[in-house]
Amino acid sequence: MSAQVLLETRGLDIRFGGVVAADQVDVEIHEGRNLAIIGPNGAGKTTFLNICTGYTKPNAGSVHFCGREITRRSPRQITRLGVARAFQMPQLFAEHSALENLLIAASARDRRWAPFTRLGDVPERDEMMHLLELVDCAHVAERAVNELPEGQRKLIDIAIALALKPKLLLMDEPTSGVASSEKFGVMDILTRALAEAKVTSVFVEHDMGIVEKYADEVAVWASGAVQLRGTPAEILEHPDVIRDVIGEEV
Amino acid sequence: MNAQLFALAMFDGIAYAALVFMVAVGLTLIFGVLRILNVAHGSFYAIGAYTAASIGGAIFAAGFSPWLAFPLLFVAAALVGILLGGPIERLLLRRIYAKEDALQLLVTFAVFMILEDVQRLVWGVQPYFEATALQQLGNLEVLGVFYTKYQLIFLPIVAVIVLIGLRLFLRRTLSGKLILAVTEDRETATAMGIDADKVYLLTFIVGAALAGFGGALASATTSVVPGMGADMIVLSFAVVATAGLGQIEGAAVTALLIGLGRSFAVYLMPELEVLIPYLIMLLVLLVRPEGLFGAVRTRKI
Amino acid sequence: MSLRLAVPLILLALVALLPTIAPWSQVVLTIALAKGLAVLGIVVLLHAGQVSFGHALFFAVSAYIAAFLGKAFAGGELITMILLGTLASLAVGLLVGLFVVRYRHIFFGMLNLAVSMIFFSILEKFYHVTGGSDGMQVARPSVLGVPMERAGFETLLFYGALVLCIAVAWGVHRYLESPIGHMLKTIKTNETRLEYLGVSARRTLLVGYLVSAGLCGLGGVLMAVTQGIVTPEYAWWIRSGELVFIAILGGSGSVAGAFVGALVYEVVRTYAAAFAADIWQMVLGFFLLGIILYASSGLVGLYGKLMDRLEGKHKTPAGGAKQSMEPAQ
Repeated sequence: MSAQVLLETRGLDIRFGGVVAADQVDVEIHEGRNLAIIGPNGAGKTTFLNICTGYTKPNAGSVHFCGREITRRSPRQITRLGVARAFQMPQLFAEHSALENLLIAASARDRRWAPFTRLGDVPERDEMMHLLELVDCAHVAERAVNELPEGQRKLIDIAIALALKPKLLLMDEPTSGVASSEKFGVMDILTRALAEAKVTSVFVEHDMGIVEKYADEVAVWASGAVQLRGTPAEILEHPDVIRDVIGEEV
Repeated sequence: MNAQLFALAMFDGIAYAALVFMVAVGLTLIFGVLRILNVAHGSFYAIGAYTAASIGGAIFAAGFSPWLAFPLLFVAAALVGILLGGPIERLLLRRIYAKEDALQLLVTFAVFMILEDVQRLVWGVQPYFEATALQQLGNLEVLGVFYTKYQLIFLPIVAVIVLIGLRLFLRRTLSGKLILAVTEDRETATAMGIDADKVYLLTFIVGAALAGFGGALASATTSVVPGMGADMIVLSFAVVATAGLGQIEGAAVTALLIGLGRSFAVYLMPELEVLIPYLIMLLVLLVRPEGLFGAVRTRKI
Repeated sequence: MSLRLAVPLILLALVALLPTIAPWSQVVLTIALAKGLAVLGIVVLLHAGQVSFGHALFFAVSAYIAAFLGKAFAGGELITMILLGTLASLAVGLLVGLFVVRYRHIFFGMLNLAVSMIFFSILEKFYHVTGGSDGMQVARPSVLGVPMERAGFETLLFYGALVLCIAVAWGVHRYLESPIGHMLKTIKTNETRLEYLGVSARRTLLVGYLVSAGLCGLGGVLMAVTQGIVTPEYAWWIRSGELVFIAILGGSGSVAGAFVGALVYEVVRTYAAAFAADIWQMVLGFFLLGIILYASSGLVGLYGKLMDRLEGKHKTPAGGAKQSMEPAQ
């Protein structure tokens, strides 16, 4: 447990109207330990990711990434520091092909502003083709992303985040919208890609089977705060979790 | 600036604000429901003015009572709403709700271009002037200034009635509640079985009629000339944007702000008269991009 | 060489040769090219999904700069006019752009319109500087220090404009195909993701806005020296609307479409508008509706479809959409 702290939040607090989405949230995310966030809908899981990436500003509290305060920075600035994000609803460039989506991401990462180089000719092309192979989407590289099935769209969304070579990847329900028979396949592909890229990941997940198999640590969210934290074995056998979280899933 | 000039500027500003509000509130109502900025709204205003002025001119010349000028205002508004607004929504806008924003804007822009020439064909390029309604009410003296009752009392009262009436219509009547439901959440409202087509049509007719009404009211105070629609659409957009898109009460406050700003400029810095509304808009939007009364909407991700 | 490629080249050659056969066409074609440059500016913004109803502003800024230069230096120099005029449009574009790139769609379109209307009324009101609604004469400038006769000047302008347009069209095409050009397009499809790539959407749009202002500026100078007079009408919202109209007519998003649209529009306007002067805007309005509702890929898109039919291809929808985005040159 002595791994270096990548991201740390202290006393995060935010409410929307009467709903408490974050209430004194203190979380540490350690390098190399994949953290699963579980909990009922409306517990503030997505809000937590939004705050960590600067999309939502907290009323109080702070977020530090690699020792640097990022609390009120924009998603753009936080992304440039090495935090990438994948979304529950894939955020893709609908009029571009899968490969072009990744090439745009790679050009953004390398600040490739040259106005007369074709997107298809940028030097990152081979690297991005390899990334598409990693997420098992190389065969649809030239297809427009809005024609692809949801499972592939989610993988491409994650591949875009990986293309940025982040230190930390935050994923909001990577397997939602994926047929349950394919969930483990998708996660196998993902863990392989994450391991190769040496990225630490945080993922919000509802499927306890996935959590058990792929997380190093689990945090249980309820009413805008972390109620429990531990290894998957500890958490998934905890009576409160069985009653409140797993019970709901069944 | 002495007290008389101050009073004059105040009165001008209030009268002008009442007219601008009438147009702006229709624009903002339509935007709230249809999510379309209707550039042709300026044409509705101009056509309302032409209709009132030309019909008025004809019936008063034929010897009818000058008091008919007042019911005529409503006739002009109804004609614009039903004969223009209805068909435009039904035949044209209905086909473009699914298209991208840029194209929707272009479609209403095309309607605007068409209606500009329609006005020229029907009414020619000579100015119309028909002030019977204004003369009928006479003048009154306030703070040592003679001012027309039409502009000082009638227009503001009509504007307030429209504001309150619209509020009551939206909050108290079934049609109004349906409109509000669609404004707030189109998808849920449609899912609950609200006939969005009907709501869109009704809203567009009401909005167009309000613009026509504004034009009819204005026709008694100014000469009706080609190009008045273009000026009005940009000005009422300035009001609506400054207030925040979709804000009805906000549009009233902002219309007053911009109306007064403009009329004081006429007396203090005449060369800035045209610029004042836009300067107010630019300043407000620099500080509050969502407008004075608008709420920030963040996309759910 | 395929037919698809041959036809545009033949058309280009015809445009280049037409003035030698029919001298009357030279000025019309030069004006069309000048407008085509400005329309290209609109096309760039359309790639970001934004429509400006005020771009005639940048057209007018450079045109008036040309007029002032001509007045101040007894004729002036064409190259200086082009450089300074375009530079002035870029400067105004930066100023306006820093403000308007904070907005999208309706606000973007209407704020551009508002700014151009402010400029229009300044041009009209400050008549002691700008000549008011009568405008200003633009003296015929020398070219690289050589004084020009009228006929020679017009011929030089036409061929100069033609070469300039080809070069600029190529440059803009490459810009739109480059990574930053593709980032500009993502403002239309998913700005949130663009920010989550660490790229500023506003800055990306500002670059596009500057390109578009510069293109309008370039067109404005050419127009001013071709017509020999500038009036506030250059900045009028109807002119802005015309630019948007031509962009949609040619094929929204198409670089070649900007010039095809401008040539067709200008020729039709010059020779047909006389019969329909009173209802010209109405004709444009109906045309605009027709294109948006029935032929949204414009003239270039229609050409693509025609060629597909001639080549006996059954095009896929995706292929068809791609086609209209590609310049035909």
